[in-house]
Amino acid sequence: MATATQTHPEEATDAPAPRRAKRRRGVRAAGQQHRAGWLTYLILVLFALGSILPLLYSAIAASHDNARLSERTPPFWFGDRLFDNLEAAWNDANLVKAMTNTVFVAGAITVSTVLFATLAGFAFAKLRFRAKNFMMLLVIGTMMVPPQLTVVPLFMAIAEIEWTGHLQAVILPTMVSAFGVFFMRQYLTQALPTELIEAARVDGASSLRVVWHVVFPAARPAMAVLGMLTFVAAWNEFFWPIIALTQQNPTVQVALTNLGRGYIPDQGVIMAGAFLGTLPLLIAFVLFGKQIVGGIMHGALKG
Amino acid sequence: MTTEHRQAAPPGTPGGAAPRLDKPPHGEAPAPDPKEARRQARRSRRYRWDIKYSPYGFIAPFFLFFAAFGLFPLLYTGWSSLHQVNLNNPNDLEWVGFENFTRLWDDEFFWNALANTFTIGIISTVPQLAMALGLAHLLNYRMRGSMFFRVAILTPYATSIAAATLVFVMLFGQGDYGVINWGLGLVGIDGVSWEAGDWSSQLAVSTIVIWRWTGYNTLIYLAAMQAIPNDLYESASLDGASRWQQFVHVTLPALRPTILFTVVVSTIGATQLFGEPMLFGGDESGGAQGQYQTLGLYMYETGWTNRHLGRAAAIAWTMFLLLIVIGLLYAFITRWVGRSTGEEE
Repeated sequence: MATATQTHPEEATDAPAPRRAKRRRGVRAAGQQHRAGWLTYLILVLFALGSILPLLYSAIAASHDNARLSERTPPFWFGDRLFDNLEAAWNDANLVKAMTNTVFVAGAITVSTVLFATLAGFAFAKLRFRAKNFMMLLVIGTMMVPPQLTVVPLFMAIAEIEWTGHLQAVILPTMVSAFGVFFMRQYLTQALPTELIEAARVDGASSLRVVWHVVFPAARPAMAVLGMLTFVAAWNEFFWPIIALTQQNPTVQVALTNLGRGYIPDQGVIMAGAFLGTLPLLIAFVLFGKQIVGGIMHGALKG
Repeated sequence: MTTEHRQAAPPGTPGGAAPRLDKPPHGEAPAPDPKEARRQARRSRRYRWDIKYSPYGFIAPFFLFFAAFGLFPLLYTGWSSLHQVNLNNPNDLEWVGFENFTRLWDDEFFWNALANTFTIGIISTVPQLAMALGLAHLLNYRMRGSMFFRVAILTPYATSIAAATLVFVMLFGQGDYGVINWGLGLVGIDGVSWEAGDWSSQLAVSTIVIWRWTGYNTLIYLAAMQAIPNDLYESASLDGASRWQQFVHVTLPALRPTILFTVVVSTIGATQLFGEPMLFGGDESGGAQGQYQTLGLYMYETGWTNRHLGRAAAIAWTMFLLLIVIGLLYAFITRWVGRSTGEEE
């Protein structure tokens, strides 16, 4: 079957002119079959709109006052209250503090996750040691533990050492991730030539030198992608911060929860807060969307 | 670092001979002096140790953190589930045996939360994965602007649970209000009080989940589809298979491991569902009748509102056991499907 395909590719397609079919075959990636028709574009445009419009609507709703938002016909274009509402959300929801805290928390988690995941991923991808495969299975198995199972003791622990409401309480438990280890292992298995490590070894380089001079440079693209994915996840982390932190010292998600709990009954201000809390990640998405998409697809491949 | 490669030692093997090649920095021949020999022996010992133990050093941080913040809490949750623990005095444990579990059995709120978690899980996971599969198939066509569509459908992934839920609360609205009810009004359907009803509130909560995760799953399916060898499609179309038949007989079987992976991940996510229903109603009660209270919410309410941490721990372990049972069920089904279709797996 397959051999016939390779010898007579033109007959396989229903394209009218064989020459055109041949040319098209050249650009075809694996698994790609057909050229998209107008219906495909239409469906994709609808889904893209469905993905973006709710966010856009939060900005529109943020530009109106409560009276306008309580009317039966909702507003569909920007009003004139945007900056008032943004300012109110900024002040009432403690967003300045929340943003600073979240940048610090997500930054610390990102740096440590990328560092530890690269080290472990390198060991699993390229080094020999006893029980390696079993330990990799353990790493993957840890992804199955739901966060609900750990919060009660963690809460007891931070209550005991009086960390409740302090940022280290949300940083420390998430300083490395199984996904990160897995992701770096997948990348380094392919991207880091074993000969390069061997050459460095022959030169008498210690393992730490190998990591610094060979592994880190080779891993840099994947480290960047893992960093972005980790930052997004840490920025949006919800369950544990709600339990461990207080409104006096919140992350963005804790502050938004406070907004949603109805202490501020103004819908426009709530939407302004939701919009502001998402804005940094949206900007990152506009700038690095391609890399993030690539990272998710790359990480998925062996999943 | 010197760059000479004079001999091919087998590096990477424990106790490799590499240090003997490690010439003094200036490149003179090794002096036969005993001091130098001792230094070399020390260095070679250090090298062997490095090769042998540094891999463990590299993976140690992950396992240390997991032991401290994953494994120990997991076990301690089991231990506290056998005790009465009050939030006001969380380190004062009073032994009650399995009472926390047995009282769950008679607890109507627990069964309600379990049923809600199940129905919301189905309503949010099945359409989400089906749409993701379809979208991935479309994105796999040759087209313009493919990267734009990928980034666009992934933007909800960048939106936090809190922000997304707040926006959707606004979109769904109350009574006759909100954009969605306005749209329904255009086609002559009466407005729905989304939050108040049983199915309507669960549908609304599921919508938020679907919105946030469809794009992500689409990319995962797309990655798997791009890895399918082209010959499979070509031979299928040689055999006269239509596009639909190719999708069913080539794409779907090749995607089976990926689909299983996303089903497992979505199931874990659905079991833990917490933020969306919490912010949809504004608190952990999950609606006036608890009509969309999930297990995650019920656990939070038990532990942090009603202050029974021991019972919350029992709910958490019940969730974990449920996940294990579902996992075994999936494993069983996959094997059974694999066997009945006569394919090896």
